[in-house]
Amino acid sequence: MFYREAGDFKTSYQADGQTFPIRFDRMRYYVVLVVAFGLIPFFINDYWVNAILLPFLIYAIAAIGLNILVGYCGQVSLGTGGFMAVGAYGCYKLMTAFPEVSMIVHVLLSGGITAMVCVLFGLPSLRIKGFYLAVATLAAQFFLVWLFNRVPWFYNNSASGQISAPERDVFGIVITGPNAPAWATYLFCLIFLTVCALVARNLTRGSVGRSWMAIRDMDIAAEIIGVNPMKAKMTAFAVSGFFIGVSGALFFSVYLGAVEVGEAFGIQKSFLVLFMVIIGGLGSIFGAFAGAAFLVLLPVVLKVLGVDVLGWPTDIVAHFQLVIVGALIVFFLIVEPHGLAQMWRVTKEKLRLWPFPH
Amino acid sequence: MIRKLMSAALVTSLVSGPAAAELVFPDLSYRTGPYAAGGVPFSDGYNDYFTLVNERDGGIGGVKAQVIECETGYNTEKGVECYEATKDKGALIYQPLSTGITYQLIPKVTADGIPLHTMGYGRTSAANGKVFSHVFNYPANYWNGASGVINHLLDENEGDLSGKKISLVYHNSAYGKEPIRTLEELSDKHGFELKLLPVDHPGQEQKSQWLQVRRDRPDYVVMWGWGVMNQVAIQEAANIRFPMENFIGVWWSGAEHDVQAAGAKANGYKAVTFHNVGDDFPVFDDMQKYVVDAGLAAGAGDNVGKVLYNRGMYAAMLAVEAAKTAQDMHGVADITAAMMRDGMEALVIDEAKMAGLGMPNFGPTFNVSCENHGGLGLVGVTQWDAENQTWSLISDFKETDGDVINALITEDSTAFASENNISQRCE
Repeated sequence: MFYREAGDFKTSYQADGQTFPIRFDRMRYYVVLVVAFGLIPFFINDYWVNAILLPFLIYAIAAIGLNILVGYCGQVSLGTGGFMAVGAYGCYKLMTAFPEVSMIVHVLLSGGITAMVCVLFGLPSLRIKGFYLAVATLAAQFFLVWLFNRVPWFYNNSASGQISAPERDVFGIVITGPNAPAWATYLFCLIFLTVCALVARNLTRGSVGRSWMAIRDMDIAAEIIGVNPMKAKMTAFAVSGFFIGVSGALFFSVYLGAVEVGEAFGIQKSFLVLFMVIIGGLGSIFGAFAGAAFLVLLPVVLKVLGVDVLGWPTDIVAHFQLVIVGALIVFFLIVEPHGLAQMWRVTKEKLRLWPFPH
Repeated sequence: MIRKLMSAALVTSLVSGPAAAELVFPDLSYRTGPYAAGGVPFSDGYNDYFTLVNERDGGIGGVKAQVIECETGYNTEKGVECYEATKDKGALIYQPLSTGITYQLIPKVTADGIPLHTMGYGRTSAANGKVFSHVFNYPANYWNGASGVINHLLDENEGDLSGKKISLVYHNSAYGKEPIRTLEELSDKHGFELKLLPVDHPGQEQKSQWLQVRRDRPDYVVMWGWGVMNQVAIQEAANIRFPMENFIGVWWSGAEHDVQAAGAKANGYKAVTFHNVGDDFPVFDDMQKYVVDAGLAAGAGDNVGKVLYNRGMYAAMLAVEAAKTAQDMHGVADITAAMMRDGMEALVIDEAKMAGLGMPNFGPTFNVSCENHGGLGLVGVTQWDAENQTWSLISDFKETDGDVINALITEDSTAFASENNISQRCE
């Protein structure tokens, strides 16, 4: 009923290849954009931004980045935490070295730096794949965390080894630091997420994205039909690194404001983003959003439900949270191994025919 | 315009919410994760003292105290969530018991006007009230602790440490790195050799560090650990037969659960402290009567009198006394966070006050001022008796090396002030 296709004819190649071919989907997409940009900024407070929306937006960028590498190009990476740290420390060094430059430039540059580091650690992927590549990227994770802990230059020789974001602005609006208004930090991250998602979507359906998918599906066959594996793999690492670096820079400068590398960018962060990608759906931009929303929102919802509504002790709720999130992950992977994105796809197929399936 | 109206409506709805006369003390606790062993007794003590004040005295100046507990798991992201969730409920003071969360909160509380008390942890240079208007770390900070350790060793060696080898086993995080600068200065001053041995989070794996200790044969080992790292380190030290009386920890590495795992071999282990230990104080009789026997104790209620329980209780006591001071200063019972800050800045803890609360000689005497948010920094030493399963104070609260520490505090805080464009207060 909702997804009526009758009368929805495509007469050009462009119309046929668009991101949302069904009209209802397209309208929904515009409604989401209008609500996100036009309505939410007027209604949010500090709690909504700092506890729910910022982590969701930032993790979604990271998940898109990792999804390009793992979901589209098939190169397993466990170094996400380390690469996010590169983005964060790059952003810190840039922020402190060039205080007058706009935050947008800093975030983009830290993405660029991360892309280069990511390509460097992606070089082994030319020779090894699968689990062995996972181990190689794991080494990147540990090495980068060790490096940022070990070399005082990265944290400007502060006594504690912490980095703290000074106050910086974009066109006169404060974006980082404690005085940044909630709507400004929200919009800043939202713009980055929107642009990243658009770029990712358009890359993945173009020739670059097709070469990634060819490598993922069968690298030897891809090579025979003329896909350059080195170029495909290195671009995947670079693009993925760029997005992850952007998310790391935002994570540090806009969201947390002060970061300690081992605690914020440890191995558990790599796993968290990987879970987002797997639960959301490999090889799907929507899956990155769904996975990030699932893993960011669920613990908060469970906490609010347990502590504020039911009044249970905080430690019991924290333990239940682990159990329930874990059980749900197992449940989803059994019921739908291709993630939330596939569930959404199936639902859509069914809704197209509903209520007259025959 | 619409946005302004909206936010104005939002602010009024938030402000009118917590108007009920209750003083809100959020407790950012951690009862789960690798640091829960320390987080649970601290939080129990913190909660129980407020319950005691409510039950015995009918609140603070007639207004009941309300503790809102929020689980952080020692995780900075959850800490931020907890802070944002509780700050609009009328929070008067934050005590997150985590150096990582403290670093997050320092700019936030300053912008929101809520005081932050980091007792014996957090950013050491926050002791400089001229720069940090809303952050307090009385009665003692990490650098007092480091100096207290070295002073104790100086006492044992007739004032001469030259040529001695001291190893620092530390948690490889902002917390563990804090004392390094002070210890390096002190090593120059007293001529001992300092060796650094970092242990990564969470600290279950320390074989290589203790192998290094075995090879270097240091005269003393100093520890800056927390959570499971403490137990493991003490066990490893026992395994290599390192003499326990030469092994000395900071106050976060000196609780019952840290030493009990190593059994009799942990006998003689030492730790510095800024408050007294044991349950031999009149306040514990009240605690038994009004809280434990009434079934109101927080958690399982089995931590009363333990080192970290006492510390949580002491933190709550200092918060209550600051609230009382604020009530006297402003003449209102239902104080705000801004008044609480004034109360903390004017706080005086003397022997008579502590005795009146049933806690004679429970901590050092000190007073807070606009310039000095760190108190006097007096540090005592405790030692573990494995046979009787008790910690006891073997050296009373003594002065630490003010020359070295104050210079470092000024240096670090002025750097922070210039980084963040803060103009100095108290002129």
